[in-house]
Amino acid sequence: MKNDSFKVLSPTAILGYGFPERSFVRGIEKRPDLIAVDAGSTDPGPYYLGAGKSFTSRSAVKRDLELMLGAALELSIPCIIGTAGGCGAREHVAWTEAIIQEIAREKGYRFKMAVIYADVAKAEVLRALQQGRVSPLHPAPHITAEDVENSVRIVAQMGAEPVFKAMELGPQIVLCGRCYDPVPFAAPAIMQGFDPGLAYHLGKILECAAIAATPGSGRDCVMGTLYPDSFELESLNEERKFTPTSTAAHTLYEKSDPFHLPGPGGTLDLSATRFEALDERRTRVSGTRFIPADPYTVKLEGVRRSGFRAISIGGIRDPILIGQIDSVLTEVKDQTREALGFTDPILFHVYGKDGVMGKLEPEKNRLAHELGLVIEVIAGDQEQANAVCSYARSTLLHYGYPGRISTAGNLALLYSPSDIPCGDVFEFSIYHLMEVADPEALFPIEISEVGL
Amino acid sequence: MIEAPLTDIAAVIRSKNAGPYELTLDIMFRDEKHYRFLKQINYFTRELFAGLYGISVENILKVVYFDPASAVKCTLVRPLVSGSIGDSDVYGAQQHAPLLFLKAPVTD
Repeated sequence: MKNDSFKVLSPTAILGYGFPERSFVRGIEKRPDLIAVDAGSTDPGPYYLGAGKSFTSRSAVKRDLELMLGAALELSIPCIIGTAGGCGAREHVAWTEAIIQEIAREKGYRFKMAVIYADVAKAEVLRALQQGRVSPLHPAPHITAEDVENSVRIVAQMGAEPVFKAMELGPQIVLCGRCYDPVPFAAPAIMQGFDPGLAYHLGKILECAAIAATPGSGRDCVMGTLYPDSFELESLNEERKFTPTSTAAHTLYEKSDPFHLPGPGGTLDLSATRFEALDERRTRVSGTRFIPADPYTVKLEGVRRSGFRAISIGGIRDPILIGQIDSVLTEVKDQTREALGFTDPILFHVYGKDGVMGKLEPEKNRLAHELGLVIEVIAGDQEQANAVCSYARSTLLHYGYPGRISTAGNLALLYSPSDIPCGDVFEFSIYHLMEVADPEALFPIEISEVGL
Repeated sequence: MIEAPLTDIAAVIRSKNAGPYELTLDIMFRDEKHYRFLKQINYFTRELFAGLYGISVENILKVVYFDPASAVKCTLVRPLVSGSIGDSDVYGAQQHAPLLFLKAPVTD
């Protein structure tokens, strides 16, 4: 081990969410060994992987990167970005890389950058499927060769190994495609000989920045310091603190089992983890273990196209209509299907009834005094989606339901135009583990000199 | 047995995706005493959550008591995969409401 401690600065929970410059400067003054950030999540849904677009704005990502790159160059420390562009496919990596190059041009920076790609060719997944190396992550269903063929994009979550390999090439900046969230924070420390269990657990917390502090925030900076037998967490904003409870509670966040957190090549075991207060504002964590898995698996994420969407938004305030909303909507749907010979999805989201919880709604029979309605149509092309949505909306607007005394129109339409084309619709099709013989082989590395 | 609204004894009651196929519910207690008692009588069961959400017990994947945070976690199968056609909560962040009306036994 080169040093007996390793300091990691995490500025924000998602690159582009922002952070107070004051917190960041305080972090820089503490001389971190690494600045790392996670840029990704599957939470925003399948669209962004399917469309190859980022769910964060370009200007916000540029602002965060300007501060991070400037500080990394000034301190001569690495800056690692995980899951570029939100989903980490080639398009997302290129989008982020262009922002980095723009910053370098504008500021006159020169540095060496490693880019690690995480796209997986369909042929590779098909081969693995044939060899029985692909298994679903329960409750995702088994996939067939057809599911793989129909995917628009497939990425794999890289573990630490491709980052080790990239770091050996001596880059200042490492830009990763889809990546296991803790890796950008943990990989350099593991390379220096720190315990992988502690490093990954620290990474698990730092990838969400100050979300694990109290009060929590996804837009504030945190310093994590790794030691041979523990790590410590400190908020870089005096208004927040890491308590043993807030730190432990974070292990629950977006996870199905807080004791066993599976990742590429192994599982983080928290059954013997201890959370202790160092003082009012800092917490020490120890006892977390990394249990390597054999065979090594990576998680695949893929989406397929499911059509094109059009929506119309309106409200209903008439109690006579509200009282028979289910039967009226069924009739409108049937009339639309029959008139247009349309068999693809027509959906009514009824807010004030079960618009939020759908099938899970326990209070199925309680209606609000007003209802919000979203008419949604998914069709094979945008033109058809628009036409069917328009037909359903106008049918409902003028529908003569039993007992109707408001004969001018049934909907308070929110906008003009009332019908909104929404474009491509995607859905998750692959959420599977793939066994790999070599943890690096799927993830090619390109090294370049930026600003030359 | 004395009962208290869960909202009185819990500091956090929330729902969120745990990946696109699962929904996870977290209940974090204000006071370790209430958590310990409910854990001791195994109040939170798969059957309890299945009943609250009107789904079958097989769709409740796991109920875990997590001592370090005085918390209970329940993970269930999403009725629809996040963002798929018909899904109404992409992040799964507003599926906690049935827990807000729960009354749980407490010790004196």
